[in-house]
Amino acid sequence: MVRASLFITCYNDTLFPETGRAVVRLLKRLGVEVEFRAGQTCCGQMHANTGFRGEAFSQAKRLVRLYADAEAVVIPSSSCVAMMRDQYPGLFEELGNETLREQFRALVPRVYELSEFLIDKVCVEDVGAYFPHRVTYHASCHGLRGLHLGDRPFRLLAKVQGLELAPLANLDRCCGFGGTFSVKNGDVSTAMLTVKLQDVLATRAEFCTALDNSCLMHLGGAMHRQYAPMKTIHMAQILASTQEKPAEVAG
Amino acid sequence: MSAAADHPILDPALAPPFPVAALPVLRNPELRKNVAHAIDVIQTKRARLVAEKADWQELRAAAAAIKDETLANLGAYLEQFEERCTAAGGHVHWAADAAEARRIILELLREEGADEVIKIKTMTSAEIQLNPFLEAAGVRAHETDLAEIILQLGQGEPSHIVVPALHVNRSQVREIFARTMGIENLSDDPKALTSAARNYLRQKFLTIPTAISGANFLVAETGSVAIVESEGNGRMCLTLPKTMITLAGIEKVVPRFQDLEVMLQLLARSATGERMSPYISLWTGVTPGDGPQKFHVVLLDNERSSILARKTERQTLRCIRCAACMNTCPVYRQTGGHAYGSVYPGPIGAILTPQLMEMHHAQSLPYASSLCGACYEICPVKINIPEVLLELRSQVVNQERGHARRFFDPMYLGLRVANLIFSRAWLFHTAQFFGRVGLKLFTHKDGWIHSLPSVGGKWTQARDLRGLQSQTFNRWWAAREREKR
Repeated sequence: MVRASLFITCYNDTLFPETGRAVVRLLKRLGVEVEFRAGQTCCGQMHANTGFRGEAFSQAKRLVRLYADAEAVVIPSSSCVAMMRDQYPGLFEELGNETLREQFRALVPRVYELSEFLIDKVCVEDVGAYFPHRVTYHASCHGLRGLHLGDRPFRLLAKVQGLELAPLANLDRCCGFGGTFSVKNGDVSTAMLTVKLQDVLATRAEFCTALDNSCLMHLGGAMHRQYAPMKTIHMAQILASTQEKPAEVAG
Repeated sequence: MSAAADHPILDPALAPPFPVAALPVLRNPELRKNVAHAIDVIQTKRARLVAEKADWQELRAAAAAIKDETLANLGAYLEQFEERCTAAGGHVHWAADAAEARRIILELLREEGADEVIKIKTMTSAEIQLNPFLEAAGVRAHETDLAEIILQLGQGEPSHIVVPALHVNRSQVREIFARTMGIENLSDDPKALTSAARNYLRQKFLTIPTAISGANFLVAETGSVAIVESEGNGRMCLTLPKTMITLAGIEKVVPRFQDLEVMLQLLARSATGERMSPYISLWTGVTPGDGPQKFHVVLLDNERSSILARKTERQTLRCIRCAACMNTCPVYRQTGGHAYGSVYPGPIGAILTPQLMEMHHAQSLPYASSLCGACYEICPVKINIPEVLLELRSQVVNQERGHARRFFDPMYLGLRVANLIFSRAWLFHTAQFFGRVGLKLFTHKDGWIHSLPSVGGKWTQARDLRGLQSQTFNRWWAAREREKR
């Protein structure tokens, strides 16, 4: 049996606990043994992306030590996985010692984004989900260009019973979130969001899903503000959803 | 064109920070429409032509390798260029900075007794602010690139490095031409507009014997200079005048003539969505009886050698100025080029400008990106722009964090506190608790937050935020584990 250590990420833990609960339910159903290490906090992405490299490094260090002996680390957030793959090497190169670098190099092949874990590690496309709704998929930038998730999310969604996938125009275009960018450049971020939202709403889907709650928080926040007839939902919640126990849909 | 109050400033030392400079554009729907339309046209053509190259990724890798090899031996290749160019009858001048380059060019023009000069489009001359300098010294510079003419006559500023008048639409061009050329009843038909420009230009080409150009490539092996363009006006400047002065950044050199095979394929497809640029001009020194009989090259450093010395930033110098990064950038798409306060806008401008200047002049530029990575993916020479942006952000923070004025800056303070919180799980969990209690004050009865103070207000200006759930994930997990036992 595969044993997965869930790194829920700081913002999912705080803002989107339902995503974490869905990941646990989904993995259990697939026969994966899930553990949760209580010491976890943040991967350091916010600090690294804002230029606080020293702070980012201290969080990176904590994380690598915490998961050093994990069999597989599953993260339902593509940007946090991209942080580890793209930015940790530079941080450890510059600020770390050889032991840490070695620990990181050993860990990183065992770190999976959720859709990678399902398709590449558990080797499953049909997770037995039921979600009878019209859904559009937003490919977050980090999932698309950072992790090269490719068709993994689509393969998973295609096997969800009852789900009707509505294709999204300009799939590769950023929603304008960008972490602190959304407040540092609030007006530009809003302009990008407006353009993105036009494409998303044009799908006439009931739900917009993604593998990253940060984009969904951005899009969902605007949908709520505009009384749009659409909600956001993390893909973990769709995949966890069954006829007996449908997805928890908040807000 | 926009009102005088909104006249863009393309000097990072004087321009407002990016978020502020972006506002006039964000509030100008016509300008945004012009930018998005022009970009969509270029991007559609580019995508089609890149798709037909099965070896596109190999070409990118080859170009990056050529550029890296050049940069690793830049001094030697530049000296080789100087030697071959001189042997072919050219004169090579070295300029350490913008001021020296301007002085050299002015002296050369004075030797010619020139009070007017024609120019091939060159962003490097805009970088050193050559035109206003020459104007003040009594030399009138006439742009000959169609887009540059539009901007010069309309007193506008470039907003793109390949299509500088990208933000101007056809009816605005008609208005500028009709007004400044004194043509009544000018229609906005492209034919009528180009014919008006042609009449204006012919007279300059035939009467002004001195020209200034930039360079797309310098070839070390042969001492040649290469320029690519779409209109043929550059070709006119390269054939009719008696004297040619070429201004080129030192990173423009490639080692071998054959390297152009890789570079020109990438450049044309990336920049304008063409298989080959309509005009590729190549010349080596002076050819008796053909073209300019006096030829000068001014090699400009202007901080490039200090960029070369830095490990992460060095890749910036691979840039071949194709502008694909700005065409694909979702930020540029909304703001256009003027918001960057520099002649180099878009993602490449966001990394190049701060490095050409002292950082405090261009602090906001490294943050003018959502780090979506589209620029890196499209770059024909594989510049990892997000990586350089992050490096520059950390330089900004290192420079600023010691200052007292930053101590209570919400972002600096917030990130310091966050760092402390993330250092221990119990601190994090405590902060989650107090965060929930604090946010409850702002949470509407529908469970959402509609308005937040301070930095949070930047979020709630356009988006709601769902209020925090009563149980964090870690609490839920802990409760579940307790039940099991």
